[in-house]
Amino acid sequence: MSGKTLALRDTTIGKKAIMAVTGVIMVGFVTAHMIGNLQAYSGREVFNAYAAFLHGLPGPLWAARLVLLGSVIAHAWAAISLVRQNRAARPVRYQVKQTLATTYAAKVMPLGGLILLFFIVYHLLHFTTGHVAPGEFRGWQDAYHNFVTGFQVPAIAGVYVVANIFLGLHLYHGVWSMLQTLGINHPRYNHWRKRAAIGLAVVVAGGNISFPIAVLAGVIK
Amino acid sequence: MNLTLHIWRQKKATDKGGFATYKLAGVSPDSSFLEMLDQLNEEILAGGKDEPVAFDHDCREGICGACGMVVNGVPHGPQELTTTCQLHMRKFKDGDELWLEPWRAAAFPVVRDLVVDRGAFDRIIQAGGYISVNTAAPRDANEIPVPKTDADLSMDAAQCIGCGACVAACPNASAMLFTAAKVTHLGVLPQGQAERGPRVLAMVAQMEAEGFGGCTNHGECESACPKGIKLEFIARLNRDYLKAAIGGREAAQQRTVRR
Ligand code: HEM
Ligand code: FES
Repeated sequence: MSGKTLALRDTTIGKKAIMAVTGVIMVGFVTAHMIGNLQAYSGREVFNAYAAFLHGLPGPLWAARLVLLGSVIAHAWAAISLVRQNRAARPVRYQVKQTLATTYAAKVMPLGGLILLFFIVYHLLHFTTGHVAPGEFRGWQDAYHNFVTGFQVPAIAGVYVVANIFLGLHLYHGVWSMLQTLGINHPRYNHWRKRAAIGLAVVVAGGNISFPIAVLAGVIK
Repeated sequence: MNLTLHIWRQKKATDKGGFATYKLAGVSPDSSFLEMLDQLNEEILAGGKDEPVAFDHDCREGICGACGMVVNGVPHGPQELTTTCQLHMRKFKDGDELWLEPWRAAAFPVVRDLVVDRGAFDRIIQAGGYISVNTAAPRDANEIPVPKTDADLSMDAAQCIGCGACVAACPNASAMLFTAAKVTHLGVLPQGQAERGPRVLAMVAQMEAEGFGGCTNHGECESACPKGIKLEFIARLNRDYLKAAIGGREAAQQRTVRR
């Protein structure tokens, strides 16, 4: 067989594997992030104590931030590279094209990813640095205050709801897709892959969407 | 049956091409799709003005993979698990309007009208789709025992006739289903083990070099495949490839090139 092979990062399979591995990291993060934020339902003390606990561990906190930053960059790099290659593979489009199997979630992956990228930047400027926080920003010392005053603005709540709908769609296709990309496939367990993807997408996106709605409804105040 | 046909006409690879519309009357519902096109071509020839529509075909019994074209946006037309040559006109209705297009992929240049060059598939197979055996003396067929489940899996993958419908259906014109079938049907057999790692590395490298897109797990290929090749094989290809590329000794010994 020919002596030449491509480096992992130069094949579509390798790039997808990079997306899948960085995807797993980010899926783990968004899941833990959502669960952590559920503490907002327990009131100001509990929520702020959680924030103080995280900031009391600067080592792990910064390690996690760096891993996540690297994951977002690698994931986005592979996404852009693959989307370009995929577009170039079909220079002439069909006059008539029917789809037989794909889902809206699968089709909206690149757009949803782009929306998530903008959302991540906005979200950090809002809650981490406070640059775009409405009104007074009190840092992590009173994260509960920032949480409530942020979501009391309907437009900001709306941004979070919409972004999380796209997060749910991205997770639904992404979780199933990543198992396939990493070759995790077995006839006996395959039906669980889509169920797990739907379950995770609904729980994570649903949990996140509940926060702005709870604030607007006055449940969290 | 009377039909209106919008057919992609393109004289040669470098031409721009475009659709031409034909009215065809008196089509028998019992004729096959390709016989319907034969009938059209006879009328075109009798008319003496236009040139007949070029389309690929060979066996006309669903086993050679030559006859693909996209009918109303679906490779091989509306009937599941059926090649264009095995499709019958009774699947359509009197007065139907049909759009016939060639496979659309950068890796499958149009040769003429509905005929594309699927040489890229041959080159992927040449890169590694074989096993090495001693052929000097006849071997006993059952010399190496093969578990029944592996034999079945291999035969399922070997159903692939290389027609290219997977590429045509894929939003990314990806050849992953084809390559997966070819890698799997050898890779699950004992006879395929010796070259398993180098095979998948070489075939994937060739697949990439041909300019196909990547897999985004839409599943369009599986639905369009006339032979029922399953997405499961793509997961196997990914697994085999990642194993060979990350952990395989062959990968360490082979020269890795950057594109
Ligand atoms: C930074 C912005 C992001 C962009 C531009 C982006 C874009 C994409 C694209 C284009 C795909 C490939 C879809 C396909 O092949 O069908 C993808 C897959 C995926 N994304 Fe993202 N995404 C982003 C953020 C995220 C986030 C925040 C998560 C997790 C919470 C995530 C998780 C995943 C997963 C698990 C996959 C599946 C990987 C695979 O199929 O192997 N992505 N993303
Ligand atoms: S002509 Fe051989 S498969 Fe259709």
